[in-house]
Parts: sequence; C-alpha cells; structure tokens
Amino acid sequence: MFPKNEHYNMIVVGAGHAGSEAALAGARMGARVLLLTTTLDAVALMPCNPSVGGPAKANLVREIDALGGEMAKNVDATLMQLRMLNTRKGPAVRALRAQSDRKLYQQRMKLTLESTDNLYVKEALVTDLLVQGSSVRGVKVADGSEIFGDTVVLATGTYLRAVIYIGDYRDSSGPQGLKPANALGENLGKYVATARFKTGTPPRVHLRSVDVSQLDIQPGNFFKGGFSFETASVESRQLPCWLAYTNEETHRIVAENLDKAAIFTGAISGTGPRYCPSIESKVAQFPDRRGHQVFLEPEGWNTYEGYLSGLSSSLPAPVQLRILQSMKGFEDCEMLRPGYAIEYDCIDPLALHPTLQVKGFQGLYCAGQVNGTSGYEEAAGQGLLAGANAIRELRGQEPVVLRRSQAYLGVLIDDLVTKGTNEPYRMMTSRAEHRLVLRLDNADRRLAHIGRELGLVSEQRYDRCAKKWSAIERLCSSLESQQVRPGRETNELLQRSGSAPLQRPASVADLLRRPELDFWSLAPLHGQYEVEQQTAEQVEVEIKYSGYIEKQQRAIDRMERMENRSLEDVDFADVRGLSREAQEKLQQVRPRSVGQASRIAGVSPADVNVLLVYLAQRSKRRSYSEQ
Amino acid sequence: MHQDTIAAVATAVGEAGIAIVRVSGGDAYQIGDRLFSPVKGGTLQDTPGYRIRYGHIRDPESGKAVDEVLAAVMRAPRSFTGENVLEIHCHGGPKVTQRILELFLQSGARMAEAGEFTKRAFINGRLDLSQAEAVIDVVRSRTDSSLDVAVQQLEGSLRRRIDSFRERLLDLVVRVEASIDFPEEDIPDVELGEMQTIISSVRSEIQQLIDTADDGKILREGFKTVITGKPNVGKSSLLNRLLDEKRALVTEVPGTTRDVIEEVVNVRGIPMRVLDTAGIRSTTDVVERLGVERARDLWREADIIIHVLDASIPLTEEDWDILDATENHKRVIVVNKIDLPRSWPLEDLPLDSSTKLVEMSLLEGNLEPLLDTIVQLVHGGMRLRTEEALVTRTRHKQALAEAEDDLRQAQQTLDDGLPVDLIAVGLQGALEHLGEITGETVRDTVLERIFAQFCIGK
Repeated sequence: MFPKNEHYNMIVVGAGHAGSEAALAGARMGARVLLLTTTLDAVALMPCNPSVGGPAKANLVREIDALGGEMAKNVDATLMQLRMLNTRKGPAVRALRAQSDRKLYQQRMKLTLESTDNLYVKEALVTDLLVQGSSVRGVKVADGSEIFGDTVVLATGTYLRAVIYIGDYRDSSGPQGLKPANALGENLGKYVATARFKTGTPPRVHLRSVDVSQLDIQPGNFFKGGFSFETASVESRQLPCWLAYTNEETHRIVAENLDKAAIFTGAISGTGPRYCPSIESKVAQFPDRRGHQVFLEPEGWNTYEGYLSGLSSSLPAPVQLRILQSMKGFEDCEMLRPGYAIEYDCIDPLALHPTLQVKGFQGLYCAGQVNGTSGYEEAAGQGLLAGANAIRELRGQEPVVLRRSQAYLGVLIDDLVTKGTNEPYRMMTSRAEHRLVLRLDNADRRLAHIGRELGLVSEQRYDRCAKKWSAIERLCSSLESQQVRPGRETNELLQRSGSAPLQRPASVADLLRRPELDFWSLAPLHGQYEVEQQTAEQVEVEIKYSGYIEKQQRAIDRMERMENRSLEDVDFADVRGLSREAQEKLQQVRPRSVGQASRIAGVSPADVNVLLVYLAQRSKRRSYSEQ
Repeated sequence: MHQDTIAAVATAVGEAGIAIVRVSGGDAYQIGDRLFSPVKGGTLQDTPGYRIRYGHIRDPESGKAVDEVLAAVMRAPRSFTGENVLEIHCHGGPKVTQRILELFLQSGARMAEAGEFTKRAFINGRLDLSQAEAVIDVVRSRTDSSLDVAVQQLEGSLRRRIDSFRERLLDLVVRVEASIDFPEEDIPDVELGEMQTIISSVRSEIQQLIDTADDGKILREGFKTVITGKPNVGKSSLLNRLLDEKRALVTEVPGTTRDVIEEVVNVRGIPMRVLDTAGIRSTTDVVERLGVERARDLWREADIIIHVLDASIPLTEEDWDILDATENHKRVIVVNKIDLPRSWPLEDLPLDSSTKLVEMSLLEGNLEPLLDTIVQLVHGGMRLRTEEALVTRTRHKQALAEAEDDLRQAQQTLDDGLPVDLIAVGLQGALEHLGEITGETVRDTVLERIFAQFCIGK
C-alpha cells in the first residue's frame, strides 16, 4: 500500500474535520498530500450530534468557506434542518445552525477527498513520528513501515490513548467503538507536553419509541441560502427536532446513582468542558433546577436513530434507560446506544506557534481537538490553516496568521497559543472583543482575499465577491447622498411603517437608521427594487449600525498598535523588571507582539509597561550604536 | 534595563524623633556593609529578610561613628519595591540624616528621583495602578487632609466604589452574553426595563464620583496663590504671617521661572501654594521688576490672587492697573492698615462675584477671617469630602468619564429600540474603562461567570 521511497509534501494524520480540511487545503494548493485514517468508514465523523453552527461557530464555518475550505458546502449539501438563531438580538450575533445527515455528511466529504487531485486517502494506524534533529521527516505506521513527508499535520481528534467510560465499564476505545491510537499517544509525549481531557455523549434512542406528540416540535426556520457564500438555496424539505424536559423524577434517579457515574467515581482524571456538562454534573451543580431542556434530534433521513442533546452521561446503561423513561413522551423509550464519557490525550497548545506549527519542530503542525479544542467547526478551521501553513512553510512563503479583529479563527488560535486552555475550548461570541465586525454576513469580505492568496479561492470566485461588495458600497453611498424631502407621500409611507413624519430633508440612509424601517419599506423612496436580498441585508447592516461599527473600528485601530509592536527577537530573560511569573510565561509563550503578551495570564499591565520601556530603550540604544 | 541601587531620605525633613534612609536595588546590602557595623558582628549580606540589626553607621574614611541606628533588611521580592531594600532608622536630626544619605551616595548608591521607589514597586508588579498612584500621593501629600485622601485611596475606598460599579455591570453583561451565546438553552433574556434601571443607576453614581474630582485635585495638588500689590502695602507682612504661624511645610526650590519660588502653607487642611517672587521678600515688587505683562502670566497660572491695598494712602494708577488686570479672576482684596486713618472709601473698589474683600491689619490683626475667605473662594464654601472616595487623579477622572459616556450610549441604544448586541458594546466598553483604573480585564471574567451561573450544554 505504501511503495518504498514514496514521498509526500504533507502527511495528515486523522481524517476528521480538521484532517479533511488540512488535506484538502494542501492538495488544492498543489502539494502532494497523504491523508491517513484508522478507518475509511469514519471520515468526517460527527460523534456528537450532527449539528453544525450556532453563535460564533456559524461564523467560523463562514470563515472557512471564505478561505476556500469545504465544511460549509458539505453542510449545505447534507442538511436536514436549518435555523437562524438570535434573530432579534442583533446583526453581530445572528447565527445559522444546521442539522446534517450524519452518514451523508461523511459520504460527501469522503467523496470530495477522493475526487481531489494530489490527495491520497489511505487507511493506516500511525504509531510514531519520524524526526531528524528538529525536523519532522514523516510517520511510522502500525506494520512498521515508514512513510516520508516534508511536513506532518497531526489531527488526531479524541483518539490518542482514548478510553471510554459507561458507569464502571471502561474500555480502551475511540468514539463509537473505533480504534484508539495508543502508540502515537504514548510517543507524542517525546515531542511535546500533553494533557488529558474528557468529553461525553448522550444516549441514542429509537425515534419510533418516543411519543413526540408529547414534546414541543421545533421545525427549521431558514430556507434562503446556506453556510457557503456560494450556496444559492438549500433543501426546502426539512425535518423537525423536538424539545423535551427532564423533571424531578429524572433528577432523583440521577442523584441516587451519582456514585456510579464514571466522572464521579474518580476513574476519570481528564478535564471536561464546562459548557457541555453531563446530566450528572447538571444535577450535582444546579440542585435547585426542576427541569433541564433536552433536544431530540434525528440523525439522518434514512434512520430512526435519535440523538438526545443535553443528556450526555457516563452513568451505567440501565440507569441511563431509567433516566430516559422518566421524561414525558419517553415512557416506552427504547435506548439504542448508551451515552459514554471519553478521555483522551491532547497537547498543551502553548507549545504551538500561531501558525499551528509545534515550537522547535520544523514541518510539524497540529490541528483540531488534539490542540485542546472542542467542536467540528473549531477543528475544521484549524485544519485549513495548519494545512495551508505547512505547505507555505515548505515553499518558503510567509505563514498566514489571522488577527483577532479579522476572524473568529484568529481569536481562536490566538487564545489557544497565548493562554492555553484547561478545558476543551469552544468558540463563543463573547470571546471576541470586536464581534460587530466579525459578522456572519461579511466573512467573505474579511477573508476572501486571503483565500485567494493561499490559492484556495479561485479568481472567478474572488471577483464575484469583490463585485458584490463594491455594489454594496456603491448602494450605501448612494443612499447616504439621496435626499428625501418632507411631503405628504413620504410621510404617509413613514406612518405606514409606524415611523414619525419627516420635518426637514434627510437622506434615505438617515431614514434607514430608524429602527422601525428597513431596506424594502423604503423602496418607494430609493427605487432600488432590483437588489438581491443578500445585498439588501448587507446595506441595511452597514448603514443602520455604521456608528457602532466605526466605534469598534477605532478600538481595533488602537489594539492594532500594540499588535504591531513586535517582540519576535526579544529574549525575555534579558528584560529586567518583569515579575517572575510574567518572565516565565513570556518565555514559554514567546508572544509575537506586545498585544499578544498583554493577553497572557500572569502578565500584568505593569509588565506590559516594562516591555514597552524595554523596547523604547533598545531602539534608543540601537540608534546610538548606529551613530 | 539594569536597576541600579537608589537611596533617599524616606521621612519628612524636620526635627522628627526618627528618620529613615531607604536604599533599594541589587547592591543595597553590599553598599550597606561598607557603612554599617552591627554590634553583634556579621554582615547585612548574610542577614535574612525581615530582620532588624542594631549597630552604627561609620564614616569609612575616618572610621568614626556617625549615628547609632537600626538597619532593617527586606529582601527581594518581598519588599515594598520588590527589590533588596535596606532601611536605616537613625536619630532624625536633619544633619545626621543628610550625612548618612551622603555616605550611601558616596559608596555606590544613586540619589532616587522623586517617586522612584514607587515606580519600581509598580514596575515589579507590587502595586496596581491606582495603588501606585495613591502611594505617590502619600509621598507628595503636604497636609493632613490630603494625607487622609491618599491613605483612603490606598486602602481602596475608590477601588471599592469602582468594584461596585463593575460588579453590577458584570452581572448584567454575563446574563446578556449567556443569552447571546447559548440561545438554545433556556436562559431568560434580560428584560429591557431591568437593563435600563441598572445602567442609569450606575451611570449616575459614576457621575457623582467624577464630580468629586475637583475637590480631589485641590486636596492633592493644593491651589496656587499669588500675592500682589504695589510696593510697601504689606505683601511681605502677609507672607511672613502665613509662614510664621507654622503653616509652612516645604520650601521648594525651582518654580515656574527662576524668579519664582513656591511656599506651601497649610490653610484649613488644604495646601496653599504661594508663588513667591523673590520680590515679595526683598520688598522689591514683582510688577516693578517684571512689568505688568510678566506679572499677568503669573496671575493667569494662579488659582487665587491676593491683592493687597493700603487703606491709609490714596489709590494710585498702579493699584488700578492691577485691579483691572485681575478682573474676573478669583481674588481676595486685602485692605490693609485699617488701624490708620482711611484715605479712600471702600465703595471705590469695583467688586464682582469672583472678588472677596477683607479689611484688616496685616501687622497685628486676626488672620482667621482672611483664611476663611480664601478657603471659601477655593471651593465655593463646600465642605471637602474627605471621608468618602474622591477621584484625585486626572487619569481616573478620564477613565470614569469614558465609562460614563459608554453607558450613556448604551442607554441611548436601548431607548432607540436597537438590538442587544449593540447595547452590549456600550456595556463592555464601560467595564473596560473601569478596569483601566484597577488594571483588570473583562473577557475571561465574563466567561467564568457564565459557566458558574448558568447550566449550559448539550
């Protein structure tokens, strides 16, 4: 299967969401890429619920799309339901969320990988890296063969020394009974510091055994387009989800059996995510709550298997069944698979450069859950950048590092490599300081030029995007300059929309800034009937919130000044006056800028001042010595 | 950035019982060992931290004892500056203290610049910004009342107020953010009315705090005063009276120009900084020497002008020039020598709302009414609020004003019926500005609390 002396530009270990994007990015950039997976049947597997998007995560998917990644298209092509969340909470936090068909999602991604030139997807269990000095040379696989590659991207997900727990049952296994990667887990510690994290899944049930008429139905609510900027429309036939609740009886059963839950018996040492607590954690931490929401979600068009979002558990299977059957509508419920907790090795992301390269190893990159993150979207985004940067390093090109003010993906990676993480890291809008500019709707404007530079976005696609945005800008400025005079017709129009009559002339844009008016209600005034809906929405956001956006832009400019103060050639041991903690942290993280340094835990504003003073003194000394 | 070893007298100059010479830096104990001989032998370099040794400071050249002292050793990083600190507690006479300091300077220490100990403490992470500034205020504070404010700020009364603002805004932001980031969890949206109430109450309390800034500034920096008048009307008598009554605290050498020195006088607990032209003391007049134009510059700098007139001789051109030039400025006109027969009626004076009038004899009259008048003019007769938090720093005032402005915008956004992500911009901004004062960040705190407060997850 691996002919002797075969050589690749990049070897990607793991074909999940990170690995798939990494491999596609590399191959699409023209490099020769080998993608290895323990089983070809688990490509792009979604072992948690088959749901993609939500606040901040949807923005990540759009960013991946704008950079030329695959995830958005894959969701759009395989979705069963699409909802727009947070519709009334504002333009910056609107969030698309899709339910995909789990199997279709995998099939389509596998087919995409298989159809890509230069990309070789093969089944093999990687056991170790081949390292020469400080450079990676390839990987070693289970049968002892060595495969050579200029660069390696580790995207091993939750498989490194993975162990699953169901009550006191414990098994060395990856998710859904898949093979764990034990040898690689043991060997990785030779190269980089590792930690142990945990996560979990809920039980799956037979949908026909649940009386859904007792539950609240939750249909899709969005049909106008999908995640990808290139998707014109999505499947209009959508499947509903259902909303159920736990009750006091459920909580009593959980409480009585807490001592049997793997996470409480002390069997699990890994740290779990706070935003994804098991039902046993919820009951233990919030004893006053009388009910918790549980979403019943179909897993696909061609199955009756249903996923119970909110009911993740590591209790013994019989207890899980009693929990299920205590809920209204679930009295006769049939459990198909029990939930389980899973524990796995990941690396300490402080070991990474912001390019996702492992510090001290040429050609070695890590992406996805192995970096301590959680979520398909977070993984896919890292995969794309790790893959692209590995090939750029090989070609001697500047790596791509996104700024915090440019993309959620920039926030994600900056957080990881600057602060590290002590739980699986999930993206949230509150992690971004400038979310008004990191919107779902403008991801292509923010990032398409980078996708083009990487060679992942075609010229045609880039031109379409550039044209769309210049049309939006033109339309905005024409609405700003178009004057409306007060008059009977105008005021009648305003009154119909519940808006106050005009007293003196105003621009159409001024009227559009009134909360109660939108682009279409003002159409008789501006006469732009031929505009596409997407464009109209953009114009609305740009005009209505321009004051807020400009304010945030000024804050970004201030922040960028610190981001541009480079620390790349500073030896922090030389800097006198830093607190000891700051000195240690700075030496470990090696921040690239004063801005990044200021975000490190343990680096106080006083330490930042010391760094600024140091830089000022150094440049003074340098200018003296030049004289 | 090599931190050399600095030294200074840490206690006020005067006939106090004990004076302290403080030395800080890497070589503090090496230098100390050249001068200090402990009675029980050994060296400072071998003395562990938090120990006091008894012995003598000796002049290394003559070997003669200069003073009997206690030497306190506080080792890095557990000292005020975070560096090696040596404190010599000596017997306090200004000459002895000065001599000990000189010996340290001759043996390798450098004279500390003003506030340099505090600066080092701050750089070494020993103090947050507001504490560091308050310490500088303690060092600089010139009167008891100022000292109260500085000490309270150090203990954190300002900090407590700001923490209370932050706490209420954080709670709001946490709930808003949780509802944004987890729309599919059953987290209740924050009601607009409640948001309204919290924003406006925090806003008005911030405004109250900002309003204390002027009081704070006067307490901290004092007010500048210029005594003026033509020759021989009694200016020097006034200055001497003020100084004689033991109110003079510090004599600072260079003023704004080489001709002017500053005397600081304690008036009802507020530092009154008399810009003294050499002219007043030598009875050659500033106007005479510098001309009205130059004097005008001095008047402009002043918070208060005291204009002395002689009641016993007719007003002259010169008096009228000064009266005209100081019109609309806060001024006290002292009509002196009322023990002598008057040669002009008071009605001749052009009085406006910023002018107060005091008739007295500067030579032997009671000074109290004049002092009352001055204090009244300085802060409109308001009692200074020393027992509560005061904003004494321009930087704090600025940050508070920006926080208040952010909240105003948040309120406006709310009133305009705009969505919550835009309201959040103002709330977050306000929190960040408040954090600038105490040096705390917002983002991680918000996340911590979201998870602590809400049950979130699949």
